[in-house]
Amino acid sequence: MYKIEVKNVSFVYGQSTPFETSALTDVSVGFEEGKITGLIGHTGSGKSTLVQMLNGLLRPTSGQILLDGKDIWEKPKEISKVRFRVGLVMQYPEYQLFDDTVRSDISFAPKNMKLSESEIDERVREAAAFVDIDEQILDKSPFELSGGQKRRVAIAGVLAMKPEVLVLDEPAAGLDPRGRRTILGGLCEYQRKSGTTVILVSHSMEDMALYCDNIVVMNDSKIFAEGTTSQVFSRASEIASVGLDIPSIAHIANKIKGNGIGLTGNLYTVDGVLDAVLREMKGGR
Amino acid sequence: MEKIIETKDISYSYTDSDGQISIVPALSNVSLSVESGEYVAVLGHNGSGKSTLAKLLNLILTPTSGTLYIDGKEIDHNDDDIDKLYDVRKTVGMVFQNPDNQLVATVVEEDVAFGPENLGIEPKEIQKRIDEALETVGMTEYANHATHSLSGGQKQRIAIAGVIAMKPKCIIFDESTAMLDPLGRKEVMRAMERLNREEGITIIHITHYMEEAARADRVIIVNDGEVYMDATPREVFSHVEELRAVGLEAPQATELLHRLRALGYDVPRDCIDADECAEIIVKLIKSEKEKNV
Amino acid sequence: MLKDITLGQYFPGNSVIHRLDPRMKVILAIAYIVAIFLAKSVFAFALVALTTLMLVIISRISVAVVLRGIKPIIYVVIFTMIINLFMIKGEGEPLFSLWRIRIYEEGIYRAVFMALRVIFLIMATSIFLTYTTSPFSLTAGIEGVLSPLKLIRLPVHDFAMMMMIALRFIPTLVEETDKIMNAQKARGADFSSGGLIKRAKALIPILVPLFVSAFNRANDLSVAMECRCYRSGKGATKLHKLKFSALDFVSLLIMAIFITAIVLINKYVTVGFSL
Repeated sequence: MYKIEVKNVSFVYGQSTPFETSALTDVSVGFEEGKITGLIGHTGSGKSTLVQMLNGLLRPTSGQILLDGKDIWEKPKEISKVRFRVGLVMQYPEYQLFDDTVRSDISFAPKNMKLSESEIDERVREAAAFVDIDEQILDKSPFELSGGQKRRVAIAGVLAMKPEVLVLDEPAAGLDPRGRRTILGGLCEYQRKSGTTVILVSHSMEDMALYCDNIVVMNDSKIFAEGTTSQVFSRASEIASVGLDIPSIAHIANKIKGNGIGLTGNLYTVDGVLDAVLREMKGGR
Repeated sequence: MEKIIETKDISYSYTDSDGQISIVPALSNVSLSVESGEYVAVLGHNGSGKSTLAKLLNLILTPTSGTLYIDGKEIDHNDDDIDKLYDVRKTVGMVFQNPDNQLVATVVEEDVAFGPENLGIEPKEIQKRIDEALETVGMTEYANHATHSLSGGQKQRIAIAGVIAMKPKCIIFDESTAMLDPLGRKEVMRAMERLNREEGITIIHITHYMEEAARADRVIIVNDGEVYMDATPREVFSHVEELRAVGLEAPQATELLHRLRALGYDVPRDCIDADECAEIIVKLIKSEKEKNV
Repeated sequence: MLKDITLGQYFPGNSVIHRLDPRMKVILAIAYIVAIFLAKSVFAFALVALTTLMLVIISRISVAVVLRGIKPIIYVVIFTMIINLFMIKGEGEPLFSLWRIRIYEEGIYRAVFMALRVIFLIMATSIFLTYTTSPFSLTAGIEGVLSPLKLIRLPVHDFAMMMMIALRFIPTLVEETDKIMNAQKARGADFSSGGLIKRAKALIPILVPLFVSAFNRANDLSVAMECRCYRSGKGATKLHKLKFSALDFVSLLIMAIFITAIVLINKYVTVGFSL
């Protein structure tokens, strides 16, 4: 069941100007309800445009975006309601922080939703807890925090809307390995607890392999490949042909298989390959 | 070989807005040396002190205590000779993290000219250096382009060209790949390696991407303001557990072999290369299967 | 939509105007402003309009770009028009009167002339300075023209440098504003409804992050400049040494003829309205 579906969507920037460029060409793709779907592609592949279409920041030149089967542009005046249902965390979201305290910054979206005072308060607490932000920090200025904390506060600002679909554009960009784990692991846990449909844009294939159920690959304004994570990573050479890397562990597994050794199962995480190697050594049982 | 950079027990503590010196030093008693022509990677999690180290080596900060030797010149904490400062900056160039915040001019060529102009070099020679520098980073055809229309990777390569036009002996890359996409990172890494191999420029690359560090001659790990490890990439990455303890990760190849060793299989601990790792495992599986037969 | 702002942008090219010495362009721009304000009669304005159009054609900057450059100042133009329309008391009967508002024929003329002045001024200065001159040479041009002031110890070089950096960062900050707006819209911010106060308040979530980021950028940039041995132009050379060519002198001559023509038209062609 698709929670959000993109149907024959095209998008042209700067229409009827000399700078006219097509960012999406007749793209159709669906995102499964309650799953984490990874979206991969080069800068300029159209993925950023697609992401901004899902919550109505951009309007398709042609085609439809369906949320629960309904066109989100049916009533253009009510597009802000769609934005509350499809939460978007932009790249380097810490740049959006503006208020005096972390608490009031996180409550910006719930306030715009015109929720009651007590409801807002509860949502702020909940969202902060999900991203591991302590109660004491809530009354600090967001500008006093460390880089990683700012990032998490900014994410909480979107989680506080309790969106049905959560879209994250490179939420771990520029963080060190520990910071990446904290953010992505935390989001994964949030997804499991809340059942939210998550769309994760990332350049890191290792992260995709670890956290995503499904993967969509974009190239040259079109969908290049889609399917479950193992389906997509089994097409390593095709993915490499559009200049994207596969996780180095998947590369290792492919090399081993190239030597006439049949590995089976999940071959794109260290855990998976380790299991496969152990099984194979015990005679394929 | 001649030492380009040497630090003796240098420490640095930041002062807060009230003028109070922080109790926890950002860097404490760091002693290390870098030889001319070396390619060194510095790893460490955010806040480990690795960026402070970079700023000290370029004299953006001067050490609170200890002595620093750059290209044979001695610098200590109360050094305020401005000419010496510029001399050092001419020797040690720096490329920063954010591609948008280090380009001064709107046109590529004019940006590359900025450093040499400040050094008072003759216009003819500047033009020659611009051409060479752009050639080295593969951006010759962009000489007259507007800087803001370039991609992140291209902007960083212009920043690199701006530094090499000053003819430094050493370049510090302070997380210069952190904000780039994989393609941009590859472009910058290629330029970096070319500078090291073909021009003999000493490279100090501060990063938190393990696979980038793996390509250096030597890896220094900074943790809590101290040098935690200083060895070849093979040696450093073989310490899988220690790396994890300081918030870093080993390459997946090393990690896989480490897990196999933990289960009692006899595999090398210092393999960091995917192809090599695959060969080792193929051999292992074949010999294990023979045992089973 | 913010990307539409072309004011302050440089369009590389090789037209006659592109090739002029930047110092000469600064002088020509100032002379042109003087000429625009000298024009007082319908015919003088017609000449200014014609010359401005010629400038656009010679510079080979597309008309669409030049017109888009006027867009951001359109409110200023309308404001000056309204002020002139209502404030000018002419001789004779008002054309229109309602309660205490009286509009005279003279007011209409003045309003139109003032609007045209502002528009020509923006068009001409953009063409001479920003559109055809890279900020780097523009800086050099301004520094050159102002350099006599160095004798009285004014920081001419620093001033020129600041201007260049401001121009360099316009596109970056415009892009940034777009990004921040999108991020806040994604959190349900509404910038397009409500009264003036509500709308002004809605800008806070954009302005605060924009200022924070601008300060960070300024900080980064100053460190990067120091690393590249910047010391306020002390002992520095220039990649492109400025040199006046025959073209520059010809352009100066044309400008002198143009200004003389306007003065003469003001004086001797007395048909139609004049200020």
